[in-house]
Order: sequence, then structure tokens, then C-alpha cells
Amino acid sequence: MSSLERSDVERLAALARIDMTDEDLDRLSGQLAAIVDSVAKVAEVAGQDVPATSHPIPMSNVHRPDEVRPSLTQEAALAGAPEAEEGRFRVPQILGEEA
Amino acid sequence: MSNMTYDSAMEQFDPVFGIEVHVELNTKTKMFCGCANEFGAEPNTQVCPVCLGLPGSMPVVNDKAVESAIRLGLSLGCDIRESSRFARKNYFYPDLAKDYQISQYDEPTCFEGSLDVVLDDGEVFTIGIERAHMEEDAGKNTHVGGTGGIQGASHSLVDYNRGGVPLVEIVTHPIKGAGARTAEVARAYVATIRDIVKALGISDGRMEQGSVRADVNLSLRPKAAPGEDQDVVPFGKRSETKNVNSLRAIERAIHHEAGRQADLLLAGKPVVQETRHWHEDTNSTTPGRSKEEAEDYRYFPEPDLLPVEPSREWVEELRGTLPEHPAKMRARLKEDWNFSDMEMRDAVNADALDLILASVDAGATPQAARKWWMGELARTANDREVSLCDLPVTPGHIAELQSLIDDGKINDKLARQALEGVLAGEGSPAQVVESRGLEVVSDDSALEAAVDEALAAQPDVLAKIQDGKVQAAGAIVGAVMKATRGQADAGRVREIILQRAGVEG
Amino acid sequence: MTDWTRASAAQMIAAMKAGEVTSVELTQAHLDRIADVDGAVHAFLHVNGEEALEVARGVDAAREAGEDLPELAGVPIAVKDILVTQGMPTTAGSKILEGWEPPYDATVTRKLREARMPILGKTNMDEFAMGSSTEHSGYGPTHNPWDLERIPGGSGGGSSASIASWEAPLAIGSDTGGSIRQPASVTGTVGVKPTYGGVSRYGAIALASSLDQLGPCARTVEDAALLHEVMGGHDPMDATSLNEPVPSCVAAAREGREGDLTGVRVGVIKELSGEGYQAGVEQRFNESLEKLKGLGAEIVEVSCPSFEYALAAYYLILPSEASSNLAKFDSVRFGMRVEKGNVERTMGATRAEGFGDEVKRRIILGTYALSAGYYDAYYGSAQKVRTLIQRDFEAAFEKADVLVSPTTPTTPFKIGERIDDPLAMYLNDVATIPANLAGIPGMSLPSGIAPEDGLPTGFQILAPAHEDARMYRIGAALEKALAAEWGGTLSSQAPELEVAK
Repeated sequence: MSSLERSDVERLAALARIDMTDEDLDRLSGQLAAIVDSVAKVAEVAGQDVPATSHPIPMSNVHRPDEVRPSLTQEAALAGAPEAEEGRFRVPQILGEEA
Repeated sequence: MSNMTYDSAMEQFDPVFGIEVHVELNTKTKMFCGCANEFGAEPNTQVCPVCLGLPGSMPVVNDKAVESAIRLGLSLGCDIRESSRFARKNYFYPDLAKDYQISQYDEPTCFEGSLDVVLDDGEVFTIGIERAHMEEDAGKNTHVGGTGGIQGASHSLVDYNRGGVPLVEIVTHPIKGAGARTAEVARAYVATIRDIVKALGISDGRMEQGSVRADVNLSLRPKAAPGEDQDVVPFGKRSETKNVNSLRAIERAIHHEAGRQADLLLAGKPVVQETRHWHEDTNSTTPGRSKEEAEDYRYFPEPDLLPVEPSREWVEELRGTLPEHPAKMRARLKEDWNFSDMEMRDAVNADALDLILASVDAGATPQAARKWWMGELARTANDREVSLCDLPVTPGHIAELQSLIDDGKINDKLARQALEGVLAGEGSPAQVVESRGLEVVSDDSALEAAVDEALAAQPDVLAKIQDGKVQAAGAIVGAVMKATRGQADAGRVREIILQRAGVEG
Repeated sequence: MTDWTRASAAQMIAAMKAGEVTSVELTQAHLDRIADVDGAVHAFLHVNGEEALEVARGVDAAREAGEDLPELAGVPIAVKDILVTQGMPTTAGSKILEGWEPPYDATVTRKLREARMPILGKTNMDEFAMGSSTEHSGYGPTHNPWDLERIPGGSGGGSSASIASWEAPLAIGSDTGGSIRQPASVTGTVGVKPTYGGVSRYGAIALASSLDQLGPCARTVEDAALLHEVMGGHDPMDATSLNEPVPSCVAAAREGREGDLTGVRVGVIKELSGEGYQAGVEQRFNESLEKLKGLGAEIVEVSCPSFEYALAAYYLILPSEASSNLAKFDSVRFGMRVEKGNVERTMGATRAEGFGDEVKRRIILGTYALSAGYYDAYYGSAQKVRTLIQRDFEAAFEKADVLVSPTTPTTPFKIGERIDDPLAMYLNDVATIPANLAGIPGMSLPSGIAPEDGLPTGFQILAPAHEDARMYRIGAALEKALAAEWGGTLSSQAPELEVAK
């Protein structure tokens, strides 16, 4: 497994929506590359026949009944918002469109 | 606008298309929390820590949504996976509260089905279904400033009432071989899905409110040379047109995209694989944001939720609750009701079938129900720019109206006035007849008095009648009807006139 | 006059019942202690004095009126700032949440309120629980009461330090890879990570959802058991919550104090010793084993070969889940916003400013591990390692009723010593991480003081899933045997902190 490059960190930071300055990239890239190198060994040990565990205690079908519970008031919902307007959360201009 | 018409594009290229339909389920609550799932509330009043994505909150699956998804999957002929899972689809967007959507990825609950759709001329086309999976809806952005669209807006406002509403996404396999009928097949497919979800009772199926939404992807490939198998010709690059939200728009979007792509291909230009947006006003599509690299959604199993493992017994029990396929039901109703092809098609296209059926169930004859829903009421809905089902008239009202006519209490003309009253919110037809005093005057003494008055006023006409010119009675009938404001039974009036004139009828 | 801050929760309960002290007096004593020493310790991010006293007054009045009260009613408690608390700020140690007041209570917060326990305040932690030293808090480090120049462990350094410095008798912690047990070990206190799902996670700000578990911090095993039983139990708001009765921890602790461990098989995990383990840590661990043997337990050796890969698997699974869990800190609905033109750039600028380096490192690492083309090699493989570790535990629990190891390889290091070396920092958790990967319960209790540096050492007990009570029995037995030797709890041997004037 190839190590993590500075350009990878730059791309990943964009994907994770964290702005990074050149100094940030310099500082974090080296540390991240070392961490990636040390964790990459997980790929060596488990073969095809080993199932993945995504949940430590096996359970299934934990559902809730379709019954209405009280919602927050609009005031409570918006109380923590950096900015609100007309009962809605206000955000700066949106550039892209998503799925 | 494209130069190429749809028909000539289809002559030169072989279209391949696929459709993703999102169905909003009509559960009482959202997919992962107990907030009400209702359309049209004040912004951010149907939200809680879970669907607002507040720190610390956790999702719990709505069991009714699972049941609805399985019933839908079974209706689409899908297999139901013994163990399926939710996964997170990670991307940042303001209307996505957690900045990931809980969806299903490599283990959808329903997979590999097929659906027969019946075209207008009765031809049956089979659509392969790849999967039907559960997920949650996003909130709604409103763009402020500019023209109200996203372009040029100064800022946006977000309402999360819709965030977390349960969806089932149905994905087709690539659909080949429809040729020039592609647009028609696409439309019929979405219409069939809509009819199925309504028949299942798992969604209101209202496309105008976004309860059923379609993304349509289309590509064109060269037609195979004579003798060559079309299947060996590789697919072209496809565009995906998002949020096509009416049946008519589905046809039009395919027409537009086929023309646009054919133009490019014939000019030797590449078709870009991209997302496009449909504009109802201009009947055209425009590209979405150009993405420098493909989105990387970093799907992984949702660690806050556990596998869905429906027992085989339960799945079979649900299979027993499935309604008739809409096409079959239509064929049966058409025969039962003795409708012509055109009558049936018009009723289907006007979304009146359920209303007619309910009116018949409430006691109206099929033809009477059809007459009212497709006549007077269709015109009113059109004038008011609403759907038939949004008018303040119920199938029960129609049955009641018709029985008032059949009992001779009112005539057709009065019935229209009664319906006006119902539409104005004055109550049921019987109540309107009562309050507006619309009943046919059947009291002979009242009619005799009116006849006597009219005869006295027109002695020359009386003389003509007595001379044997009975057709002259028409003038007196007219006068009496006028005097009773149309509430008299014209036949009975005529009898009384002849009686009073001493002429045998 | 009695200094009630030196009492155990069990003693406080008895004293209140006997009318020797009121909840107001207890609460006030702890608030005074916080005022006296927290300037130096910095265990608290927020002190909730007024509300705590109001709850205390309510308890006293109810007791006066002869009402039935929950067992821990009136005993004050400190709450890690990872738990959302309505009416109190909640930051998870991050600047990105500075000043945020949640509009709801976590399930455990609600249970504390229902138990009528005055909440003294919110305790410091590594930002979003990422760290082993509390140095990664956005609000400055917490200091170890045993030596203020040293770390109190992490991420729950605030909760354990508050207990060790007599600022609170009980505290709530959260443990994703050792964040309850490791701070307990380095502060000479008790900390328990219950079986995954034993305590509701609803309202605990998620770090890694498949590893996180809330648990009790205390100075004695019995106190931890009392709190465990208040916190635990099924919660319909958390789908991963176990639908089974709360384990009888208190009864098990009391049984353990009887001091008879005949027939109990204690398995020593071979892989959690040797290289990297400080001599004094191993010495105290071995002495504790002798004590257990003396109580009748049989000591066996077990091997868990896959533990070699546990740290690597953990540092893939945790960042992956965290990268997704922390996406919601996007400046739209709550928390910090650094406005920068459009919403995309505003999100990027806010997250750059609001998150510290360790959080950024782990988000980037997790984003990488989940990204197209790498998922199978990293996240997928790490989940397979998880299966191997579960199998190791299953095999080990065939041979032993509980498994034991030192909780941490070393005593606490100095603040700043490892801050720029994340890999060295991660080694703190080598013994605690396997339990989180397998979902099994773990406890750390004091095993003594390392002769070479005079700092506390911890003894870890692991039990099979759902068998939390077993740890309490063994832990209480060992605690009693050690206390007999020390003449009290280990905490009482800590140097006295200077009281602020």
C-alpha cells in the first residue's frame, strides 16, 4: 500500500470540507503518512474467509412503532442556529446542487 | 434548443435509458424519528434532534416504513433480502442535516424484480428492476434574492420538515429496445409505479407535491448495422436528468435530451456524462455543477442501525396483502363499467379512476360518476389549477347527487347548481338542495295555479290549444318554468296545461 | 467537622439516610472544593452550581417529607461534556461548539435527573474524545491531581481528575478505546466501560458509534456499581441498546467484598505485557495477581495473537466513523460559523477554525480509509480484524472467567511530552482498545503506586459481553485486599493539592 502524499491530504481535506493552508498540509501530511504506514498492516492479516464485524453485539430488527412523538418548537429548533430568518436556517449562497 | 426532433433522433440512434423513482411513504412519522410526516406545516416545526442532526442524536428505524418497502418490493417482483443493512452516503449539503444520508448501499432490502407496463395501445413492455431500497429525504432549501433560483441568490433558507421523510428508491436496470417508444415507456413506467404505490396505500402518489419523483438517465448509441446484434454496440455516455416531477415532463425531458444528445453526436461532439436539471417552464435541461472529480460518497455500514432481517413468514404474509396490478385492475374495471377505450384513457390521465371507483362504491353508476368527474368537476379543477382530488367534493357527494336526480328530486340543471353549492363549501348536495331551495316543484296545486295564471295571461294561446294545436302549449310550459325558476317538472306542467284546456293529451 | 468530599458515594447515601448530612451540604462542599482547586486542576468546563443546589434542596425537602427517593438521590455528580444537557452548555471539548446549549437531554442525563443527583458541572475532555491526555481539549488541558505537570489521561481526563481531586464523588465518562479506563488508571481511580449497548448512547456526542460506550467513574468499585445501575438499561432511542435487565453490579461488588474467589479463573493476557510496559506497572500488576490468588482465584495464561493488529484496526475504524459523525458540524444548524462568501467555503473555513489538529488528522485519515479504492484494504480489513479479536476473546473466555492486564503500559507522562507524536500517544490505549473492538465490558481499578515515579498504576479486568457483574465481583475483592494493605483507597494517598485563597 503506497503511503499518503501531500496531494492526497489536500484532496481529502477538500472532501472533508476542512480548509488547509500550506503550513497545515506540511505539518499534517508527514504525521498522516506515518499513521497510515503503521495501520496499513490490517490488510495483511485477515483472509477472504473472515467475515467483517460492523457491530460488536449481534442484533437485528430493532425498529420503532410508527407513532408520532412531540417535535421541537420552531424556536427551540432554531435557538442554536448561527443565523435564522423566517423560521428557517439561513446559510450563505449555495453554489452547487446535490443529489 | 435542439435542432433534431425526437423522431429523427430515434431513427438514427438506439436509446438506452434508466429511471430512478423516489417514492415518499405516507407513514405517520419520519424514517428514523417520531416527527410527523405531513406536507405543508410551518417551517421547522416537524423537527427534532434526530432529523435536525443535532450532536448526540441517533436514528431508529420506523417499522411501518420497512413494511411498506417490502410490500412495494414484492409488488415489483423483487426478492426480499434475508439480511439487509443501512449505509451512510457522505456528502456535504445544507439541506442534509447530518451531512450524510442514511440509505442502503450494497445490501438493499429489495432487489432483482421486473414490472410489466402497458402502453396506450395495449402493448406490454417489461422493465427490469435492479433494486428498491429505503432511505431518508433531505430538507428543503429556499433561495432568496435573484430570480428565486439557486443562480444569483444572495443566500438560502433551510427548512428540515421534509428531512428524514421515508423514501423508497426504485432503480431500473438499463432499459433497451424501446426505440421510438422510449418516452412513452418511461412515462408509462412511472405512471405504473405511481398507481402501484397508491393501490398499496403506502404513498399518496402525488407527483405535484413531490411524493413520486423521477430521475431519468438516457444515452444514445449508434444503431446496429443490418445483421448486427444491437446488444454488441456499446452504450453511449449518459446524462441524468434530475427531479422530473410530472408524467408529461418525463416524456418531454426524454424528447429534449434525445434531441440534444443527437445534435451533439451528429456534430461530432461528445456527450458529457453529467447531471442535468429539468426546467418545466422552458421544457429544457441545463447542466448541474460540473464536477471536477466524481463524487466520492464513502459509503459504509450505518453503525447506529442494525440489520433488517424480515422473517420469511412475515414476507409471505405481506405478499398476501398485495393489491391487483394496476393494469389488470384497469382492464377489469373497463369491462365492468363498460367504458370505451377513450373514456378509460381520459379517466386515467385525469387521475379520476380512483374517484370514479370510490363513487361507484358509494352507489353511483359508473357512467354517472364518469360524467360528473370528467365533466363539471374536471373543468372546475382545471379552472382552479388544482387536482381533482383536492376539490371539496367527495365520491360520496357524487353518489348522493346522482341519487337525488334518480329520485326525481332534482333535474340535471338543478344538480349543477347543487354541485356549485358543494364546491362553494355549502355542504353535501342534499344540504345545498335544501338550503338553496332547489327541489323540483311536484306539488300539483302550485303548478295548476301557475298554469292558470299563464293561460289567463295568454288567452290567444289557450284558444290555439283548444283548437287542437297542442304544440302551442310549449309557450305556456316556458312561462311556467320561468315562473318557477326551473324547478318544475316540464312533463307534468304540459299535462296540466292540456287538462286545463280540456284537451286530451 | 467532617470533610464530606472525602467520603464515598455509598457513605454519603448512608449519612443522608441517617440524617447526618444533607444533599445541600454535600453539594456545597463539592462546589467549594471545585472553587478551591479547579483553578489548578481544570477538570471542569462549566460549573452548574445554582441548579445543583436547587436539585439538592429538592431532595432534602423530599427526604424531610418522608418521600421514597432513588438510591443515589442527593449525591452530586460530574458529567463529561460529551453528554448533552439541556440548560447547560455542551461542547465536547471543541471550540466548534462553544456556547451551544442543546435543546434536549441525553438519555443518561435524563436518568441522572430522575435519580435526583445534583449535576455539579461538565468536565473537560479531549476534543470530541479524540486523545489520551486531555491535551487536545479546545479549552486547555486538565492536570493530574497526583502531579499537576502530568496528564490525567484522556479523553475523559476531566471526569477522572475531578474524582481524584475530591471535586466530585462520581462522574460520567465515555470510553471509545479506553477513555474511561485509561484516565482512571493514571489518576488512581475506578472506571468502567460497560458491555456495548449496556448504557444508552442517545445524547452522547458520537465519536465512533460502534465503539463508544458511556460508563461510571468513581473512587471505589461499589460506587461505580451504584452509578452503573442508574445509567444502564434499555433505551428505545438507541437502536444498539441491549434489551435486557441491567446487570446486578452492586450485589456483585458486595459479594466480592466477602473476599472469596474460590473457583474463579483469572486469565492473564500474554500479549499485554513485556516490551513497552513500565517496570513499576508490571510489578504492581503482579502483586495484584498474587492478591487474587490469595483470595482463592486460579491464575491462567491466555494468548490473544490478533491483539497485535488491534491498534491498527482501531485507528482505521474510529477515524472512519468519526469522519462521518463529525460532518454535521457544518455551521448551518448550531455551533460556530466562520462566514466566507458561499456556504461551501463557509463550511470549510468553519471546520478549519473550529477543529483542532488531532480532530483534523483523524477526519482526514477516516476520509481516506473510506474513500473509493481504499475501503476494502482499510475499513474492510479493519472490520475483519475485529472479527479475529472477537474470536481471540471467545477462545480466552473458554479458559478464564475474566481476563486481566495492566490498564496502561505506563504511568502518566508530562503534559506536552507526546503532543506532536500521535503514534506515541496512541500507544497509551494498547491494552484498552481490544475490549471496545469486541464490545465486551472492562474495568480499571488502582493497583498501587509505581515505585520509580510515585504515580498510580491501574489493573484492568475484562469480562465476556453481558457479564459486567463479574468484573465488579473480582474488582471489589481485589480492591478490598489492596485497601487492607494501603489502609484506605489509593486516592487518599495522593498528595494534597494546594487550596486557592
